[in-house]
Amino acid sequence: MPSITREEVAHLARLARLQLAPDELDHLAGQLDQILAAVATVGEVAADEIPPTSHPLPLVNVLREDQTRPGLSAAQALAAAPAAEDGRFRVPRILGEEA
Amino acid sequence: MTALSSGLMSYEEALRRFDPVIGLEVHVELGTRSKMFCGCPTDFGAPPNSQVCPTCLGLPGSLPVVNEAAVEAAIRIGLALNGEIAPWCRFARKNYFYPDMPKNFQVSQYDEPIAVGGWLDVPVDTPDGARTMRVDIERAHLEEDTGKSLHVGGATGRIHGADHSLVDYNRAGIPLVEIVTRPVEGTGALAPQVARAYVAALRELLRALDVSPARMELGQLRCDANLSLRESPQAPYGLRTETKNVNSLRSIERAVRYEVTRQAGVLASGGRVRQETRHWHEDTGVTTPGRSKEQAEDYRYFPEPDLVPLAPDREWVEALRSTLPEPPDAHRRRLQADWGFTDLEMRDVVAAGAVGLVEATVAAGASPAGARKWWMGELIRRASATATELDALPVTPEQVARVQAMVEDGTLNDQLARQVLEGVLSGEGDPDTVVAARGLSIVSDDAALLGHVDAAVEAHPDVAAKVRAGKVAAAGALVGAVMKATRGQADASRVRELVLDRLGAAG
Repeated sequence: MPSITREEVAHLARLARLQLAPDELDHLAGQLDQILAAVATVGEVAADEIPPTSHPLPLVNVLREDQTRPGLSAAQALAAAPAAEDGRFRVPRILGEEA
Repeated sequence: MTALSSGLMSYEEALRRFDPVIGLEVHVELGTRSKMFCGCPTDFGAPPNSQVCPTCLGLPGSLPVVNEAAVEAAIRIGLALNGEIAPWCRFARKNYFYPDMPKNFQVSQYDEPIAVGGWLDVPVDTPDGARTMRVDIERAHLEEDTGKSLHVGGATGRIHGADHSLVDYNRAGIPLVEIVTRPVEGTGALAPQVARAYVAALRELLRALDVSPARMELGQLRCDANLSLRESPQAPYGLRTETKNVNSLRSIERAVRYEVTRQAGVLASGGRVRQETRHWHEDTGVTTPGRSKEQAEDYRYFPEPDLVPLAPDREWVEALRSTLPEPPDAHRRRLQADWGFTDLEMRDVVAAGAVGLVEATVAAGASPAGARKWWMGELIRRASATATELDALPVTPEQVARVQAMVEDGTLNDQLARQVLEGVLSGEGDPDTVVAARGLSIVSDDAALLGHVDAAVEAHPDVAAKVRAGKVAAAGALVGAVMKATRGQADASRVRELVLDRLGAAG
């Protein structure tokens, strides 16, 4: 049986930068457990001769030529930014990183 | 023991007590026209966020498509490093939250790199002469570069008071190949030089492959240097640190050397080296801790669902193999023969990282000796005086070739040529512009020179008398006086002829 611990949920929450209250951790651990169990049923049908796949299409080498295409202007790119400054996206500084 | 006040151990003592093991991770930005997964241009120095699109900004609904030229470049790099090309491999998402990637993941390769294994033979300059060391390669994989963050406020003292960062995503999505060595053992005290020589040799190879300009000062080639110490070559590896932000050949050597002294100090005082990322500070020459252990990375790699696998078939790989340039060591041997350099001359050129510069200067029309004279003379002096890499000097091989051409056609002498190079280096423009602006050129008009010769004879009658009496060697003083009077702008050998002629002495 798959089971996800409260500590694992807390770890994932930290990696995803989500702040969860203690009761939310318990709640989500239970929910994630059910999701994992549902996904695990796929493992039951996958026999040994079926290789794991990351993509449903039997394609390889989908490539494009090295040619440039117009993209967005700086103004367009920044239009939806919560904050911008000097033509750049303005973000909170990440603590613990070098200045 | 030699305890330094800072807790560092002297390098010599550190090497007596410990055996260093290095490992190098080099990121090279490929010189493709467009990005790894979208058609945005990759030009350096464009206005911020002017080379972006929904894909490289990670906007919802956008999908990546792999750049064929980047795959080909990665395969050629793998082959040139004597590696095996994976017959099938995938991209993977490296998940992390940091604003340099707007998607919150970087598309990279994880357990299925496109190239595996191989080696690079590295010429290392040792006190006992040149020696070749083989550095084994672990892997080379494809990924995308991140955006550039500018940290402002607080410590940087900008007027915008609050601590925050400004991000430019022009670089986000530029194709990168990361090349990782296996642990390099057996370098002993030469660890810093080997680290430097490896990156120099790799840079030379990448340039020969024409996959990247590989200019470190532009961030096109970036190196992370791993170092660990152990008590003896038989002992298991010690805990290693990874020093980031080491972005010149000189810094690589300095950073490795510093880490040897720092780790030795920690170990000798009974401490433990923390396995961590450290940052190199060019100005102070030290490393400081970066992300700490409790923030150890948990990237939750998984196969990138938006991209299908790469499966380079044999035919494609062999076709790419046939485009590989001559290996750098064979290339160096051939160049040495073509150029007629002695072993010592060639070794100096190689050690200075000037092979490509001399080659390009010769290709631009200079004689090999002329090219070598400027790069290994005036220019290397200038580079070391300013702690710059030779190839980062603001002068091109074409400009050097032009200066040498003006020397060869008699427009300039060496002294004037040095002034012209100085002008080019100071940003005064091309050699011809500098010559015109500074009014530099050899005074070759005999009538003008004769005026100076007569003045010199008049001013130094005793010297003139000696020359008239047959002491030809004394003429040097008169030639010197004329050269001084013309501010170096005369052809010294012509002046000498004129002086001797005037005084009736035979040359």
